Amino acid sequence: MIPASFEYARPRTVEEAVGQLALAGEEAKVLAGGQSLLPILRMRLAFPELLVDVGRIPGLRGVRTDGDTLVIGALTSHHDVVHDPLVRRHAGLLAAATATVADPAVRHRGTIGGSLAHADPAGDVPAAVLALDAELVVQGPDGRRSVPAREFFTDYLQTALRPDELLVEVRVPKADAWGFHYEKFQLSAQAWAVVGVAALVRRDDGRIVESRVGLSNMGPTPVRATACEEALAGADAAPDAVASAADSAAEGTRPASDLSASAEYREHLARVLTRRAVLAAADLT
Amino acid sequence: MTDQLTGREPEVGRARVRKEDARLVTGRTNWTDNITVPGLLHIAILRSPMAHARIERIDVTPALERPGVVAAYTGRDLAEGLGSLPCAWPVTEDIVLPEHPPVAVDEVRHTGDPVAVVVARDRYAAADALEAIDVDYEPLPPVLNMEAALAEGSPLVHADKGTNRCYTWPLATGEDYATVRERADVVLRRRFVQQRLIPNAMEPRAVVAVPPDTSDQYTLYSATQIPHIVRVMMAVVTGIPEHRLRVVAPDVGGGFGSKLQVYGEEAIGLAVARKLGRPVKWTESRSEGYLATHHGRDQIQDLELAATRDGRLLGLKVDLLADMGAYLMIVTPGVPLLGAFMFPGIYKMDAYDFTCTGVFTTKTPTDAYRGAGRPEATFAIERMMDELAAELGMDSVEVRRRNWIGHDEFPYTTIGGLTYDSGNYESATDKALALFGYDDLRSEQRKREERGDPVRLGIGVSTYTEMCGLAPSRILRDLRYGAGGWEAASIRMLPTGKVEVLTGTSPHGQGHVTSWSQIAADVLGVPFEDVEVLHGDTRTVPQGMDTYGSRSLVVGGVAVHRAARKVVDKARKVAAHLLEASEDDLDFADGVFSVKGSPDAHKTIQEVAFATFTSHDLPDGLEPTINAEHVEDPEAFSYPHGTHLCAVEVDTETGRVRIRSYVCVDDVGKVVNPMIVEGQVHGGLAQGIAQALFEEAVYDEEGNLVSGTMADYLVPCAADLPDFLTDRTETPATTNPLGVKGVGEAGTIASTPAVVNAVVDALRPLGVTDVRMPCTPERIWRALRDARSARPEEGSS
Amino acid sequence: MTRISVKVDGTAYEDEVEPRLLLVHYLRDRLGLTGTPVGCDTTNCGACMVDLDGKSVKSCSVLAVQADGGEVTTIQGLASADGEWHPLQRAFHEQHALQCGFCTPGMIMAARDLLRENPDPTPEEVREGLEGNLCRCTGYMNIVRAVLAAAAEERRHQAPEPGAVAEHAEPSTAGSGAPV
Ligand SMILES: Cc1cc2nc3c(=O)[nH]c(=O)nc-3n(C[C@H](O)[C@H](O)[C@H](O)COP(=O)(O)OP(=O)(O)OC[C@H]3O[C@@H](n4cnc5c(N)ncnc54)[C@H](O)[C@@H]3O)c2cc1C
Ligand code: FES
Ligand code: FES
Repeated sequence: MIPASFEYARPRTVEEAVGQLALAGEEAKVLAGGQSLLPILRMRLAFPELLVDVGRIPGLRGVRTDGDTLVIGALTSHHDVVHDPLVRRHAGLLAAATATVADPAVRHRGTIGGSLAHADPAGDVPAAVLALDAELVVQGPDGRRSVPAREFFTDYLQTALRPDELLVEVRVPKADAWGFHYEKFQLSAQAWAVVGVAALVRRDDGRIVESRVGLSNMGPTPVRATACEEALAGADAAPDAVASAADSAAEGTRPASDLSASAEYREHLARVLTRRAVLAAADLT
Repeated sequence: MTDQLTGREPEVGRARVRKEDARLVTGRTNWTDNITVPGLLHIAILRSPMAHARIERIDVTPALERPGVVAAYTGRDLAEGLGSLPCAWPVTEDIVLPEHPPVAVDEVRHTGDPVAVVVARDRYAAADALEAIDVDYEPLPPVLNMEAALAEGSPLVHADKGTNRCYTWPLATGEDYATVRERADVVLRRRFVQQRLIPNAMEPRAVVAVPPDTSDQYTLYSATQIPHIVRVMMAVVTGIPEHRLRVVAPDVGGGFGSKLQVYGEEAIGLAVARKLGRPVKWTESRSEGYLATHHGRDQIQDLELAATRDGRLLGLKVDLLADMGAYLMIVTPGVPLLGAFMFPGIYKMDAYDFTCTGVFTTKTPTDAYRGAGRPEATFAIERMMDELAAELGMDSVEVRRRNWIGHDEFPYTTIGGLTYDSGNYESATDKALALFGYDDLRSEQRKREERGDPVRLGIGVSTYTEMCGLAPSRILRDLRYGAGGWEAASIRMLPTGKVEVLTGTSPHGQGHVTSWSQIAADVLGVPFEDVEVLHGDTRTVPQGMDTYGSRSLVVGGVAVHRAARKVVDKARKVAAHLLEASEDDLDFADGVFSVKGSPDAHKTIQEVAFATFTSHDLPDGLEPTINAEHVEDPEAFSYPHGTHLCAVEVDTETGRVRIRSYVCVDDVGKVVNPMIVEGQVHGGLAQGIAQALFEEAVYDEEGNLVSGTMADYLVPCAADLPDFLTDRTETPATTNPLGVKGVGEAGTIASTPAVVNAVVDALRPLGVTDVRMPCTPERIWRALRDARSARPEEGSS
Repeated sequence: MTRISVKVDGTAYEDEVEPRLLLVHYLRDRLGLTGTPVGCDTTNCGACMVDLDGKSVKSCSVLAVQADGGEVTTIQGLASADGEWHPLQRAFHEQHALQCGFCTPGMIMAARDLLRENPDPTPEEVREGLEGNLCRCTGYMNIVRAVLAAAAEERRHQAPEPGAVAEHAEPSTAGSGAPV
C-alpha cells in the first residue's frame, strides 16, 4: 500500500524542528526511524500534511553518562541501544527489552524516542523505561521540560508530548546494583508482546530490598505492577515468596481482549510471567 | 548406480543443484510486477468494506478529476463484455451455481468484493484516486456461521437461489454403516474444525494485460500456477478469441493453490486493456490479497469411528460442512471432495459413509490450498486413531499397525474404492520410530508426568497416505470435473545438438527445469547442461494443464520421459538409415546408436538431429524430424505415504507449545532429485505445522477479516520452526514408468495431525481430549482449565 | 518534489521524488532495479530488504528522501565486479535454500547483515537473526544450512587474526547490572 501525499521537512536543529512543528500544529508529524509511522501511513490510517524528519539532527543520537544518570539521545536506534556498552552496563534491562523489539532491520531504523513517543502499550521499550524510572526530556518552543516516565504515557498511543514538542533524550538512573529480566510472551517470533514483564530487583542476600515491575500490554498504557512491587519489598528472596507476590501482578490493570488474547488470559500471563521475571532478576532460577 | 557399459551416472536420483537458481539469487528476476511495457497504466481496485450490502449508489466521476487518472469504472460499466467467473467443478447435478461478476454490480457479498476500478498513470495516483469514489451501501445481514446459514430463516448470501446450501454429496461404500456400528465395542464421536487459512504465497498476485499493438494478440502476464487453464477461461469470460490470447506465467513466487485460480483481476485487466487500448498492470498489496485471493480449508468435521475392543476398525462415518465463501471459484466445491476418498487413510475397515455439504457464507471464497481436501481427511482419521488408542489404552502406533494395509497386500482396493498400487507402511514406520527414539521419549514423558513437571511432553503420530497426481481423466469425468487430467510435453532436438523440453506444467518454485532436464538427459543420453526446459507461456507451450495437486512429476514428468522415448524411437529409424543397419541391430546407450557387433559404426543422437536438420539423406517418406511430443493421461492416482512423528513440550502454565523434535520418513517412490524432494517436504511441514499451531483467518461478527494483515495472521518465521529430520523409504509406484509418486503436498498433509496429536498427547493425562486449531497458548490454557474444573477432585490450580 | 542523490550498487543517481515515495518503489519503478521485490504492506516479510549505509533495512519502510546522500546495496550489487557470486549466493544455491526465490533477495541481505555482526553464529542465532524475513516455500531449514555454510566459507577465507574474537553477543534477557 501507498501513503497519501505529504510535505517533507528536514530540519537541522531541534529549534528548527520545533518551529516547524509549532507552525503546522496538529497537521504535522515527527518522523524518526519511521518503523511505526511509515506502516501507518502506508495503510492510510493517518494523513499528516507535513513530516518533520528529525533523523539527521546532530546530537540526538548516542549514549553518554551524566553522574548517576545514563543519557540516551532520542534518535538512538534500537540496534545501538542493544549494543551500547554503557546501556548494557548501567541499564541492562533496557538493552534486554530492546533486543526483543521486532527484527534486526527494524531495530536498525527504529529509535528509542520513536518507541516512547508512539507509546504502543504492547511495546517493549516503554515498559522497560517505566520500570527504570526514567525521565523523558522534551523540547518545545518554550524550551525543555522533563517528564517522569510514570507521567509520560497518558492513554492508548497518547503521551504527554504536545504537538509542537520533540522528545530529545531519555535519562535513566543507573541501575548497576539491580538484577534485571525482560520476559516477553509472543504468539510468534514476529508478533508483538501478548504480555511483557520488565523486572528490576535489588537484593540484599536473603531479602528482596526493592523491585520495580513494568508491564506491557496490560492496559491502554504500559503500567507498573504496583501491588506486586509492594508485596516484594522486604520479602524473602525465595521462590514461594516471589510466587505469592506475583499473584498480585495483574491487580489494577485493564488489559484488552483482542485477536491475540483475552483480558482474562493476559491477567493470568501477567502473574506467571512476573513470577518468572522476578525470579530471574533476583537470580533465583 | 553407474551404467555398466558407459560409466555414465544416471541423472535421475542425483541431487543436482538447480538450474533455476542463478537468476533468482542474483536478482535477475521476472516477477509479473517487474514487467513494464511502453504506455503502461496502473489499476487500483476499490473493495467492499462490508461483508454484505446492496450498492445503492456508486459514483466514480470524482476519481476522474484526480491527477493522473485515465479512467474509472463501476461494475456495471465493466459488465458488458465480461461474463461470470467460472466454476469448473459442479460436483452434483443440482449444485447451486451463483453468478460471480468480476466487479460487483448490485450487491457485495464479502469484504473485499471489488466494486470499482480506477486506471492511472502510476500506482501512487491510482491508490489516491480510490479515496475519491463515492459508494452508498445498504447493509444486508452477513452470513458467517455454516450451521446457522443452513437453518430455516437464515439470511441468504444469494437471495435469488433461495438457500445457502450449495450442494450435498454423499458416498457410502462397503457394508451398511449402521449395521456395522451395532457390532462395535466402541463408537467414538468427535467434532474437529479445520480453520480457515490464508495461503500466503510470498509473491502477491499481479497481472499485466497488453492489448494487440505490436503483436496481434492480447498478452496476459499473470502470477498464476495455471496459464493454460487461464487462457481457456479468459477466452470464455472476456470473449477474446482463444487463438488471439497469449497467457504468460513469468517467474511466479509460490502458489500453494492460491494461484490455481481464474481471478477477476485477470478479466478486469483484459477488459480495461481492451477498452483503453493501453497496457495495464495491477498488483495486489498483501492486505488486499488477504481479502481478494482465495482462502483455504474451513470445514467442520463430524466423525464417528466404530471399532472392536482389540482396536480393529469396523466403520467410519464422516459428515462435513465445507465453507465455500461467497462464490464458487474454479474448483471451490470440489476441494473437500478430493478428501472424500481419503478419510479411511491407510486402514482397512468394513463400512464407510461420507457426506459433504457445501455452504455459502459472506466470506472470501475458499479453494485449493496445499493438500486441498486431503489434509482435512488425514487430520480427521489420524486424530481419530489417536483417540481410539487412548480410549482403548493402547499405544498409538500399535493401534495403527493393527489396521493398516500390510505391505504384502498391495495392490489394495480400499473401502473408499481407490486402488493403492504400492506401499510399505511397516518399513516407513519402523525407520521413523528408530530415528525418533520413540521408546526413550515415551519414558521421558512418563517421568515428567510422574513428577508433575509443569512442562509436559507429548508424542504425536501420523501415518498418512494421500491421493495425488491429478488425475486420470475418466475419474475426473465421474467426479463431474470440467476438464481432463493429462499433461503434455514436447521435445525439440536442435540442430546443434542441444535440447528443448517444452512442458505443460507451470512451476513456481518446484524446480521442474532441473528435474525435467534430468529425466530427459537420461532417456536421450545427452548432458544435463544441454537441456533447456521451457514452460509457462501459451505461445511457447501451447498445450498444458499446469501445476497443482502434486501432479507435475507423476503426470508432466512422465510425459517428458515418454516424449523422450519417442524421440529415441524416431532417431533410431534415422540412425539405422545412416548406419546402413536394421533398426533391430542398433544398440542405444548414453546417447549413441551403435551397430551390434561393430561398435565403431555409431551415430550420436546429436548427429542424428543434425541429419534431420539438413535432411539431405533420409529414407523416402520419413518425416525430417526426430522431435516428439507426448500427452500423458495417467493410469491412476499416485499414493505417497509415510510416517511422521512429532514431540512437543507444552508449558502447562502458559499453554505455550514448543516442537522438540520432528521426524518423518516419506515414501514418494523413486526420486528424481533427492535435494528437491527434501525441500518440498520441508516446506510442506512448515505449512502443516503452521496450521496446527499458528495460523487462522478470523472474522468478526460483522464479517470483517480481523486477521487482515501479515502483522495479525501469523505466518511462522525461521525462529518459530524446528529442524526437521527427514528420511525416505522407496517403494516404487507401479502405475508409471518412472516409479515416481507426488511429493508436493505430502509434508503438509501429514504434519498437522502429528503436531496436534502430540499436543493432545501431552495434555491427556490432565484431562484434555482435544484442542482446536491453531493450538494457541490461550486455547491450551483454557482446555487445561476446563479439564481441571471438570475433574475437581484433582485440583486447585 | 524533493531532490535526492543516492548511490545504488555503486552507481550515483540524482532524482526529483515525491517525499512519500518509498525507497523500494524508487529502486523498482524509477531505477528499474527490480531484483528487490515487495511482499507485504506491514513491514513483516523482509522481501524488500536492502543495505542502507552498511545496515540492513526494509526498503518498503524507508522513504526515498530518507536515503538521500546514502549508499544502497541491493541483491543486484552483491556479486563482485567480475560477476563472482557472494558466498551467500553460492551457499543458497548449493544448499537448495530457495524454491520460488521470492524471499531470497531479502534473506540473503538479512543473512549478510547477520554474518557481519556475528561471523560464527549457532543455528538458533541464525533463526533469530532472520526473524524479520518470511519464506513460504522452504520451511527455513535449508536457509539455515546455507547461512551456516556461507559463514564457514567466509571464515575459511578471512585468515583468522590471532586472538581476534567476534564481538557480537546479544545481551541476555537477564543478568545482573553489576560491573563485570
Ligand atoms: C514489523 C514490526 C514489528 C515491531 N515489533 C515491535 C515489538 O515487538 N516491540 C516494540 O516495542 N516495537 C515493535 N515495533 C515498533 C518499533 O519499535 C518502532 O521502531 C518504534 O515503535 C518506532 O520508532 P521509530 O523511530 O521508527 O518512530 P517513527 O515511526 O518515526 O515514529 C513513531 C511515532 O512517534 C513519533 N515520534 C518519533 N520520534 C519522536 C520524537 N523524538 N519526538 C516526538 N515524537 C516522535 C512520530 O511522530 C510517530 O507518531 C515493530 C515495528 C515493526 C514494523
Ligand atoms: S515488503 Fe518490506 S517488509 Fe514486506
Ligand atoms: S523460496 Fe519461495 S518464499 Fe522463500
